[in-house]
Amino acid sequence: MSVIYVLLTISIIVAIIFFTAFIISVRSGQYDDSYTPSVRMLFEDELVKPSSSLDNDSTTEKFENKSIQLNKSQKL
Amino acid sequence: MDKVNCYHCGDDCGNRPIEHDGRNFCCNGCKTVYDIFSSNDLSYYYDLQSFAGATPTAVEGKYDFLKENTIVERLLEFKEDKLNIVNLYIPHIHCSSCIWILENLNKLNAAISSSQVDFPKKTVRIVFNPEVLDLKGLVILLARIGYEPYISLDDYDKGAKEVNRSLIYKLGVAGFAFGNVMFLSFPEYFEVNEFWLEQYKGVFRWLMFIFSLPVVFYAGQDYLISAYKSVRTGILNIDVPISLGILVLFIRSTLEIIFDWGTGFFDSLTGLIFFLLLGKFFQQKTYSFLSFERDYKSYFPIAITRINTEHNEETAQVYDIKKGDRLLIRNEELIPVDGILINGRAQIDYSFVTGESEPVFKESGDKIYAGGKQLDGAIEMDVLKTVSQSYLTQLWSNTVFEDDRSSRFQTLTDSIGKRFTLAVLTIAFVSTALWLYIDSSMAMNVFTAVLIIACPCAIALAAPFTLGNMLRIFGCKKFYLKDTQTIEQLAQIDTAIFDKTGTITTTQKSSATYEGMRLTLEEESLLKNTLRASNHPLSRTLYDMLATHNIVPLDDYHEHLGKGLEGKKDDDHIKVGSAEFVGNKTDIDSQKTSVHISNNDNYKGRFVFHNHYRKGLKEVFSKLDTEFHLAILSGDNEGEKNRLEKIIPKLTPMYFNQKPDDKLSFIKTLQEQGKKVMMVGDGLNDAGALAQSNVGIAISENVNVFSPACDGILDASKFKQLYDYINASKKAMKIIKLSFLLSFLYNVIGLYFAVTGQLEPVIAAILMPLSSISVVGFTTFATNLLGKKLK
Repeated sequence: MSVIYVLLTISIIVAIIFFTAFIISVRSGQYDDSYTPSVRMLFEDELVKPSSSLDNDSTTEKFENKSIQLNKSQKL
Repeated sequence: MDKVNCYHCGDDCGNRPIEHDGRNFCCNGCKTVYDIFSSNDLSYYYDLQSFAGATPTAVEGKYDFLKENTIVERLLEFKEDKLNIVNLYIPHIHCSSCIWILENLNKLNAAISSSQVDFPKKTVRIVFNPEVLDLKGLVILLARIGYEPYISLDDYDKGAKEVNRSLIYKLGVAGFAFGNVMFLSFPEYFEVNEFWLEQYKGVFRWLMFIFSLPVVFYAGQDYLISAYKSVRTGILNIDVPISLGILVLFIRSTLEIIFDWGTGFFDSLTGLIFFLLLGKFFQQKTYSFLSFERDYKSYFPIAITRINTEHNEETAQVYDIKKGDRLLIRNEELIPVDGILINGRAQIDYSFVTGESEPVFKESGDKIYAGGKQLDGAIEMDVLKTVSQSYLTQLWSNTVFEDDRSSRFQTLTDSIGKRFTLAVLTIAFVSTALWLYIDSSMAMNVFTAVLIIACPCAIALAAPFTLGNMLRIFGCKKFYLKDTQTIEQLAQIDTAIFDKTGTITTTQKSSATYEGMRLTLEEESLLKNTLRASNHPLSRTLYDMLATHNIVPLDDYHEHLGKGLEGKKDDDHIKVGSAEFVGNKTDIDSQKTSVHISNNDNYKGRFVFHNHYRKGLKEVFSKLDTEFHLAILSGDNEGEKNRLEKIIPKLTPMYFNQKPDDKLSFIKTLQEQGKKVMMVGDGLNDAGALAQSNVGIAISENVNVFSPACDGILDASKFKQLYDYINASKKAMKIIKLSFLLSFLYNVIGLYFAVTGQLEPVIAAILMPLSSISVVGFTTFATNLLGKKLK
């Protein structure tokens, strides 16, 4: 019957492993935001296009030099 | 005419939607954002949620201060040569589209390597390469796609905030121990004198003891500490009987296993603490994206443009501004310090500070005060006082902002806790005395059993679960409260004081009356066509009011910034705008917002705009009037008095021209008469009154924009529900009282076992969780029912 010691030890070790995992996950901030991941997982995976970063840079450049004139902020 | 909604932001496009790419946009800003998104393969943004966007704001020069290294360092979370991490608060985050676009920023600019949104807090954490894109560039990029971050003096002062996760840890420890102890104590529940059980009981018992140590001394420490403090001050709160129960449970169980009297109550002990912490956790719902503790710092920019002696512009931190400095205040910027206007046309909106709804015109040489917002082009000013000495900042030196208000209020649970403690101790001593008489060996057993079973776990859970759930329900209805205590205080109020401007009036001025010579049909048509081209809020309002006319192309159209419009058709020439622009030299009634009209330089008349009262104001006031004392406190002049009297119940006292300090002392006086006061306000000028009142509620047209320090924020669209919300709070308190009754029933049953000396661990292990769970179930069910009735 002394196998009970072995069993108890194993069960407690397993429990402690889970407990440690919980502490680590809290520490790393997994529990700070419990809402966003639920939304994030619903995003469609888009088709991966071979996008070159150069392309992106040039488009942002294009908008860099364009000052936006907002007609909303104009005055009477 | 059908309404056309902007493809990007969903606003009404008015009469001249900009067509582009087969879609309609309300302005060039939205169109540009659409262009940016579609040219970068980000049009999925529009599939996720339609009309999710925001119109980008013009940011010329606004973020120059992000070039200053000292400021940037305070804002960054992490800094290295090629890698910076910044956490920005973005008020516009509101839907899944926002999350998606902000997490795909790397497609817009390769310098951004990753970005992660925290939706409840409305923040985005961006990792970027500062050698390619500095912080200023990043902020401007965000502003250009309609997600302008909000950076205030507050961020600069605080730096990075520490997150407090101790409650989750404690909950984890208690839950972990509770589960294991339950499983270890299971064999002994059935007290079969089985051979092997006898052999190994020591192991099981001591293991349970070890598991319960961290639960009592770590997870339960808040209760013990709070009880100790409350005993020292002589006020018995609910933590006293709880701690008494915890300690008695622990000591008795330990003694039991030392002297081999029995198994002890470790299962009940760990379970009890676990449930209590669960209640606390449930109560901790906070609207982290809203701030209830705002002071002037959240309104102020971090830096301002200073003009140095060589007449060059430089960025200076607000705290560095000294007397005698020359500052440049741009359009829509806040004036951070008191000073003298040097040049430029100042049109300053003080509504934040004084509640005065009209912008004030200032000439050079006039004094201008901190907290005003410049509405019209750029001005230059000389500084008279530093930030800490300015008028607005002085408001916050009032002691009302310093004392901790939660300590002044005794919750229902605590007041019950006092009587409860006395009752339990009485029962314990009386029954012990009786047992000493009958069978002295049982006396100690009974004494501890009473304290254990009467541990007010269910009572302590009733309020957190009821109010925590109520808080969530109110949140769904756009009524955000600071904490659960606020609901209790809301249920007790008997006086409601309202501010006028921005609280019972809307911020839009949407009604106007015409005074002057009648306009002919041609003139009206010309006026309408002239207004069509303008985007100024007043001209939009006026445009919507006038009868429809055919669209005629104008021969000539001019918009003079800050003055007005000119339109020409055939030989008619119309001017719309300020009095001096249209050439009205007569005395102007400047108390009212008005737009003047002249045709061919003959003055015709003016449209006078009125405050527009919120929908349902009449109903709210007449409902409130049946139960509460009402009054209106306004910083504004008496111009609206007659109109107000027609709307609100007769004999409601109204006070005009009230300064912030007057409002505060008004509330104080009422409180000294024993009244429980609710203040409903909207601006900084109400901040003192909101803080002084028992419940301060800020009305906000957009909850993401500022609201002064308060206990609750109510979305303006829900203003008519105010009475129902107060009623719901009262009902929530009734639910708590009912659950007290319920847990009292359990206690009676438990006490019967305890007093008769037959409390077995297994009975405690069943009764305690059962009472807790049924109370939690009952309160949750009842509050949800209550929530269903709320609109």
